[in-house]
Amino acid sequence: MDPISIIGTPKTPTVTFESNGKLEIKGRSIPENSVEFYKPLVDWLEQYLSSPAPLTEVSIKLEYFNTSSSKCILDVFKKLEAIYKSGNDVVILWHYEEDDEDMLEAGEDYQSIIKVPFKMVEMSE
Amino acid sequence: MPAEVEKWYKAVTKDDVIYLFKGEVTDQLIAQSLDIIERQLESTPLPIRKKIYNVLVECLQNLYHHSATCPIEKEREFCGRVGVCLLSEHEGHYHVVTGNFVEPRQKEFLTKHLDKINSLDRDGQKEMYKEILDNQTFSEKGGGGLGMVDIARKSGSRLNYNFINCGSDYNFFTLDVTFN
Repeated sequence: MDPISIIGTPKTPTVTFESNGKLEIKGRSIPENSVEFYKPLVDWLEQYLSSPAPLTEVSIKLEYFNTSSSKCILDVFKKLEAIYKSGNDVVILWHYEEDDEDMLEAGEDYQSIIKVPFKMVEMSE
Repeated sequence: MPAEVEKWYKAVTKDDVIYLFKGEVTDQLIAQSLDIIERQLESTPLPIRKKIYNVLVECLQNLYHHSATCPIEKEREFCGRVGVCLLSEHEGHYHVVTGNFVEPRQKEFLTKHLDKINSLDRDGQKEMYKEILDNQTFSEKGGGGLGMVDIARKSGSRLNYNFINCGSDYNFFTLDVTFN
């Protein structure tokens, strides 16, 4: 499978998805139309689902994301949930800046919806 | 009448305005505005800075997606698809204020939706957010009302809103978000 490598912009995140199970979404996700941006990521995971790595480690390091992205991020997580449910190890590393309780809470909101192990990772500024 | 809109505009711009936009919101404008706002807020401490930025993103995108076009053409300053978005500071509190024209069906939706959000406490708003996020399908254009719940959660305060009637069923919707 070809990896995904997208360079971030002021409105969209840097994305690295590799078939060895290392996935990362980093930066800002505040586009007006998030579906357009996230569709290739969800499609990639759909393909990856047929032969995933023994461990899929997903690192989310978002500084900001808008509500339009929040639904798309949930779609990404639902694909990860499907991978986890089919017996593969998956972990979501949800990063948040020290003192950014909103970002921590956003991670916890996802954690309560998605049945995949989450690790909350605090980053010092 | 739009004279009332002008009155509202004068009132909200009398405080210390940090950022002000009045006109038609485009995607380019959003990018430029956020860049300016970010620089303006550079010295503001982290939790509040991010909260304000997040709320402004949602507000500007609401204006971009949902502003109606006022059909009254003869009016001067407030006509067409004009929207207002500003960030000000008053007595130690930051305010994000927006204004835009809405159609009757939007007025109905917003009234019901904002009253519901305002009636809930913090935990209730959290549950509402999760319910909309997980259970509703929404299009690229609208977030099914997720933006307003997010604004309420991030600001931690009541969503103060009003509709100024502009005749022929059209209203100018104003929203004032205070950061405590």
